[in-house]
Amino acid sequence: MSATGIGARVVRKEDHRFITGKGRYVDDINRPGQSHAYFVRSPHAHATIKSVDASEALKKPGVLAVFTGADIAADKIGGLICGWMIHSKDGSPMKAGAHPALAQGKARYVGDHVAVVIAETLAQARDGAEAVVVDYEELPPLPDMTLATAKGAAAIHAEAPDNIVYNWHLGDKAATDAAFAKAKHVTKLDIVNNRLVPNAMEPRAAIGEYDDGDGVFTLYTTSQNPHVARLVLSAFIGIAPENKLRVIAPDVGGGFGSKIFIYAEETICVWAAKKVGRPVKWTADRTEEFLAVAHGRDHLTHAELALDGDNRILGMRVSTKANLGAYLSTFASSVPTYLYAPLLSGQYNIPSIYCEVDGVYTTTAPVDAYRGAGRPEATYVVERLIEVAARERRMDPTAFREMNFVRQFPHQTPVIMMYDAGNYPLALKTAMDMHDVKTFAQRRSESERRGKLRGLGYSAYIEACGIAPSAAVGSLGAGVGLWESAEVRVNPIGTVEVLTGSHAHGQGHETTFAQVVADRLGIPIENVSIVHGDTDKVQMGMGTYGSRSGAVGISAIVKALDKVVAKGKKVASHVLEASEGDIEFKDGQFQVKGTDKKAGFGDIALQAYIAHKFNGQELEPGLKEGAFYDPTNFTFPAGVHICELEIDPSTGATEIKKWTAVDDFGNVINPMIVEGQVHGGIAQGVGQALAEQAVYDKSGQLLTASYMDYCMPRADDLPSFEIGMITTPAPSNPLGLKGCGEAGAIAAPPAVINAITDALGHEDIAMPATPQAVWRACQKRPSRLAAE
Amino acid sequence: MYAFDYIKATSLDQAAKLLSEKEEAKLLAGGHTLLPTMKQRLAAPGVLVDLSGVSDLRGIAREGDAVVIGAMTPHGEVATSAVVRAAIPSLAELASVIGDPAVRHRGTIGGSVANNDPAADYPAACLALGATIVTNKRSVAADDFFTGLFETALEDGEIVAKVSFPIPDKMGYAKFRNPASRYALVGVCVAQKGSTARVAVTGAGSNGVFRWKEAEAAFATFDPASLEKLTMSPAGINGDIHADAEYRAHLIGVMARRATAKALGKRL
Repeated sequence: MSATGIGARVVRKEDHRFITGKGRYVDDINRPGQSHAYFVRSPHAHATIKSVDASEALKKPGVLAVFTGADIAADKIGGLICGWMIHSKDGSPMKAGAHPALAQGKARYVGDHVAVVIAETLAQARDGAEAVVVDYEELPPLPDMTLATAKGAAAIHAEAPDNIVYNWHLGDKAATDAAFAKAKHVTKLDIVNNRLVPNAMEPRAAIGEYDDGDGVFTLYTTSQNPHVARLVLSAFIGIAPENKLRVIAPDVGGGFGSKIFIYAEETICVWAAKKVGRPVKWTADRTEEFLAVAHGRDHLTHAELALDGDNRILGMRVSTKANLGAYLSTFASSVPTYLYAPLLSGQYNIPSIYCEVDGVYTTTAPVDAYRGAGRPEATYVVERLIEVAARERRMDPTAFREMNFVRQFPHQTPVIMMYDAGNYPLALKTAMDMHDVKTFAQRRSESERRGKLRGLGYSAYIEACGIAPSAAVGSLGAGVGLWESAEVRVNPIGTVEVLTGSHAHGQGHETTFAQVVADRLGIPIENVSIVHGDTDKVQMGMGTYGSRSGAVGISAIVKALDKVVAKGKKVASHVLEASEGDIEFKDGQFQVKGTDKKAGFGDIALQAYIAHKFNGQELEPGLKEGAFYDPTNFTFPAGVHICELEIDPSTGATEIKKWTAVDDFGNVINPMIVEGQVHGGIAQGVGQALAEQAVYDKSGQLLTASYMDYCMPRADDLPSFEIGMITTPAPSNPLGLKGCGEAGAIAAPPAVINAITDALGHEDIAMPATPQAVWRACQKRPSRLAAE
Repeated sequence: MYAFDYIKATSLDQAAKLLSEKEEAKLLAGGHTLLPTMKQRLAAPGVLVDLSGVSDLRGIAREGDAVVIGAMTPHGEVATSAVVRAAIPSLAELASVIGDPAVRHRGTIGGSVANNDPAADYPAACLALGATIVTNKRSVAADDFFTGLFETALEDGEIVAKVSFPIPDKMGYAKFRNPASRYALVGVCVAQKGSTARVAVTGAGSNGVFRWKEAEAAFATFDPASLEKLTMSPAGINGDIHADAEYRAHLIGVMARRATAKALGKRL
């Protein structure tokens, strides 16, 4: 392994720019003649919009225009779309209501975009927005699923009269019922997966621009997938044809899924730029982010696990209600269905699984993918069920897991997935050794002497990454393919630009992607530049989400690099006067087999461009290759996390004392960056388990609309993590990569709650386990001895 | 933020004059509550009178049996003051756990007591220590100063000039933070001087900071054990999404015992 190659802890190339304030985010960009947009948002959870009167606003200084849903309709601007078709059990398509970029007739959540004011300055736009008079007639607020699905509840969208978007299911119901019928023991749990607000450090922002000279729109936007944004804005919303619409996603400060989606605000900025003849800029303030960014999670689940007399799992039954919010966001429908239920087999051999999911409209912000997207929800169900089942059967939870682990690969689960590689017992054993589980009892006694309750919790998670084989997801309803693209441009002196369809918003692609290229071509890492985030520069790509940039994005680069090397061999055969089949490429040198005749990569690149040594009709000059990589399977990162914590029963405060994570991400390009991803993921998972929760009151107002009330995890809430890795390379991936971006957020919540319930001696606590919730749980008598 | 006029006062008299002359004038004494509120357009003073240029208002001095802190003294200065640390170390510690470093560098004691946020730390210290709030017009005992949520005895045109803290024999402050905002969910300040003890509670009262007189009376001896049998009724205690009244009332007892233990140099 070289100092900068695959497997090396290369310091992130992009960090100099970020930590010295030289990053260039959307809000850093200012265009000549720029105006500012401010949105008039609904103060009501559910209301008919009887009229919008902009006359006073238009008289305010600096106000250039006020637009409403009527203007959008007049320009035939289409609504925001949901790109994944889910069918109900009865085969009927999901009942999706329209999602106009500015409300038409109704507002459906607090923060819904009702009108936009465009002015010379942001302050003037805000003044204008305050002068817009909207006549609302309030309708019943339906801020939770119980209210929204109650008999006689008002319909949020006419298309879904009972506010149910779909009744979906997966698995074999009859086989699962039969398994339960012969079970010796059934474990049952009611589970709440709390609603979260993604909190990227950079709020969403957009600048729309229209060049009247050539009729081209440009949108600068905080996107994880600028090409998908262009596709949707062009093909569905109808801003402009793709060749007349450029989308730029420059440096983006975190996304966690929330910047996958195509939102109203950027749609309006780019559309309005032509209307007002000026660039239009909008940057969300933090309150707007809380109100109107797509939220995450929000499931209510009843789950059951059937065991035989030997405590082997026979079957699992899961029934989930998923809150989808007031409108279907871009991938909302897929998150609680195909990104959720196929992961319910966990790391276990479960012969039968049946899962039903109701997608529910409520008068809340749309809910969509958030770090892990469906997989944290599934893992929480599985790992809570497993832990509780072990406790009920008075088995050691690790022994119970051991005896039910999948050990043979490939393994076909009853819920679509075919696991291709893994070593679950090894991850568990490694984690237990690293954590020193053997001496936990002593640590617990020591805590007890100080009046504290100590608990230990496991989470053996699996996730499906490398999303995804296009035909497979197409058959499940996806509106797009989930391949990735790359173009490798070799310059005449042998430096390289790689244009990738992936997008980095904190992940360190400029480093890891360059490591692969430098390693493969045998050139210095400084000679490699990674280009992304601009539809005018980069060929169509699918973007970054679902831990796919390594497994899919890099695979496309590798495929293109293989083509570059193949072409290089052709050029080298002329330069070195040997047959193409005799040319080997190794460590940056093209060499004639068995001789000392060789030429460096840069020399061959130059020869490819000057084209003196070969016939340009027989061999094309130049050295530039592109590739599209479509995965053949998902990849299955898996691992074991162990959380050890201490509860102060007098206050309910929980302190995490020790955290061990052993992950199997397949092969790893940069262990330092991977560890960083694990750290961040655990922090977000701990946030979900202990702190974070979006709360709407009965009237549909968001009570947690600032950091005064929405609790984010902080550094002092977390211990120093012990990170270990085992490696089973992904058989379907050219580099054996699996993906690591979401693992921590998927693994952590059940590890925390299993530890808390271990400390409490009963299972009666929901996320987030805030001090108040834990204190209250401490008042309840343990149903079992904690030391059992 | 709406437009406003900004005037940097150079003397307390000038500030008082501006405050009484200009309608919609507000004092700026650090601004860690006022400025965020203005940015959110929830407050719109026409004039901001900045007190940071009034040099008389800043400083810490030992005056007899009291520590006197100028109104414009930032929390960070109190936290690190040799005078405070020698005379009332627990007061320095209380100042050191207000907000975060940015807040402690800009936020001032005068701003804090005049604002009387129901979750602020200083009002608890003022009540427990029996402080006197000295304004440009008069001296007001802390017991008479804090009158309700964000309400004080300050009259129109009256400005806090300094706060005088009698030096106790012992003082302890224990705070349980709101997990989100890190303000006091419950903060209890306990002080003992001679044969009397005073217990003040912040963060919890639905009418703001208050003295827990049952606890004061329960101190047969000044130790945590004296408070063990005491329970706080949830009536009159604040409830929100972070902590209902029952939990807050419980925490008051826990924090009172911890504050007492800290005053005695123990850990509980």
